[in-house]
Parts: sequence; structure tokens; C-alpha cells
Amino acid sequence: MNVHRGKTLSWSIVNGVAEAELHLAPCNEIGTAMLEDLERFLKALPELEQRAGALIFYSSRKEGFSAGADLRELHARSLEASERERLEGVRDFLLRIHHVLNTLDASPLTMIAAVHGVCFGGGLELALACDLIVADKMARFAFPELRLGLIPGFGGIPRLRRDVANSVVRDLLLTGRSINAAKALAVGLASQVAGEGEALRVARSAAAQILKFDRAASAAAKRFAKPIPLEELRREIDLFCELFARPAVMEGLRKFVESTDAHPYLP
Amino acid sequence: MRTLEQTTDEVLNLAAAHFKVRRAELSPGDDFYKKLGIDSLQALELLTRLENHFAVELPDYEVQGVSDFRTLAARIQARL
Repeated sequence: MNVHRGKTLSWSIVNGVAEAELHLAPCNEIGTAMLEDLERFLKALPELEQRAGALIFYSSRKEGFSAGADLRELHARSLEASERERLEGVRDFLLRIHHVLNTLDASPLTMIAAVHGVCFGGGLELALACDLIVADKMARFAFPELRLGLIPGFGGIPRLRRDVANSVVRDLLLTGRSINAAKALAVGLASQVAGEGEALRVARSAAAQILKFDRAASAAAKRFAKPIPLEELRREIDLFCELFARPAVMEGLRKFVESTDAHPYLP
Repeated sequence: MRTLEQTTDEVLNLAAAHFKVRRAELSPGDDFYKKLGIDSLQALELLTRLENHFAVELPDYEVQGVSDFRTLAARIQARL
């Protein structure tokens, strides 16, 4: 298995480094299709862990790394479902995506997110499950969920809290504003800033360095330095579902879906 | 310290260079969405370029509803 081509996510091993390419139009929205591909990726992960020494997530969409959860799909499914089905469906989706991100977070592979353009909401949550974020100087990071009356639901707050000061978590969360790569570097969200269009190259260079080290030692260092906040992650699902049950959320989703803006996910 | 006029001029220069529009065609009062032919994602890109150029932060909510170069420059000037 050197190359796997999925509908939304493809992966391969290049020079001892696994590379996972996000390529769903328009901007790698995380809905059922992406979740299913991520679950396929998890099945392949044990083999990748044997054959590769590091993993890079990147996007080949020019718009960016990922605009986050697929809110159009969420809205459409919510309209078709009863209240109970709607809440059960959301909880099921969250449990599945949490399983994916927790597994990536715990993988012995050193993982790098090479981020350019938009890295919002669920996209940022995917990047936060990685060990390093290499940010293109034109990248932007945001948690715009409060606009919809929600909190990030894919582990965003617990993982962001793990990496940056709580004041930064509150700023991003409570204002919904986006920050650029320089700010992300300054607050400790990003590890390195790359020139425009250079994030993948810089990530590959970091991966080549990582390959020089003993894998068992790297895995032990990662486990020691990056504990997974499982209890907080579980509580986040409960809080998200509690908020999602409110009518204001469906109204927020409706406005999002009906927006004529070409990029309604922007804050 | 730049004056507002200098800041505005730099905003116009940067926008012209990046979006391949002749500088002479841009004026401070122009609607940059229309004049540059850009959408909201490209406007976010412009915002990032301006933040990088001036080494300032421009929170999205401060430029929400802003569509002319002069007001955009004033928002930047307030943070220099």
C-alpha cells in the first residue's frame, strides 16, 4: 500500500513519510464523506505506523486547509430528521470524529499539519490533533462556532487549551475572530511559519529531521509531552449537544445555508 | 509614524500590486470589492497581506462592513 486515493482524502508514503492529502471541494468541509475517509485512514494507520516515521496532513485545495464542519450537510440532515434523530445523529457524528482525532493524537507517528489559507473550526481541530503546525504566512485560524450558538465540537477547546494560554482560547472562542500565521506563531499555536506556498515543503523538511531519531524514543516523548485530555473531550461532546438542542442553532444554520456569500464560513 | 495619507497610499499600492490592477485606477474612496473584483475569501487574503505588511492585527469584526480603501486604511492607522 503505497498510495490510496479516496474521495476526500488520499494518502501515500514518500521517502519514509506518510502524507495525507485533503482534497474535497470547496475547502475540505468535514461531513460524512470526509469522516468516512478519515475512518478508512484510521484502518490504514497501523500499517503506516510500521512503514513511516512521520505523517503530514496537507490540503491541495487552494482555498486552504479546511473550512471546518460541513454545515450545509448538517442543516440538510437536521431538516429531514425528528428532534430526537437530529440530536442522536449529531452525537453519533461527534463520537466518530472524536474517535478519529483521539486516535491520530495518540499515534506514535509524529504528525505535522501543513496549513495554508483557511483553517477554521473543524479544520483547526484536525490540525490541533497533530503534533506540529507549520503555517503558510497567508494562513488564518479561527473558531467561528459561537456565530451559530455553538462551541467547537471536534475537540477544539481541550486541545487548544493544551497548547496556548487560556486568554488566547477565550479570545479566539468568544470573539470568533481569525488570526494570521504570525499571531499563531506568537501564541504558540503554530510551530513554524513558512513563506507563501511553502508550508508543505517546510513540513517535509521537518519530517526528514524527525526521521533521523529513534522512533520508540520519539513516540515516548510525544506521549509524555502531549497527554490527551479525554475527560474534557467527553464533556465537550455533552456541552455541544446541549447547545445544539436549542432552536437558535437551527436558525443560525439556516442563515448560513441561505447566505449568498461565496464563502459563508468566514467570520 | 506614518500619516493616514501614507497608510492609505501603501494600502492602495499593495492592493494594486497584488490584484494586478493599475495603481492609477485606484482611489481611497473606491469599493475594493468592486474595484479589485474580489470575493470575501480574497478580501480575507487582502486583510492578511495588510496585517503582514503593516505588522498589525486587524480583527475581522473591525473590518466587517468596510468596503472602501480609506476606511480600511483608517482601521490600520488606529493600530499603528
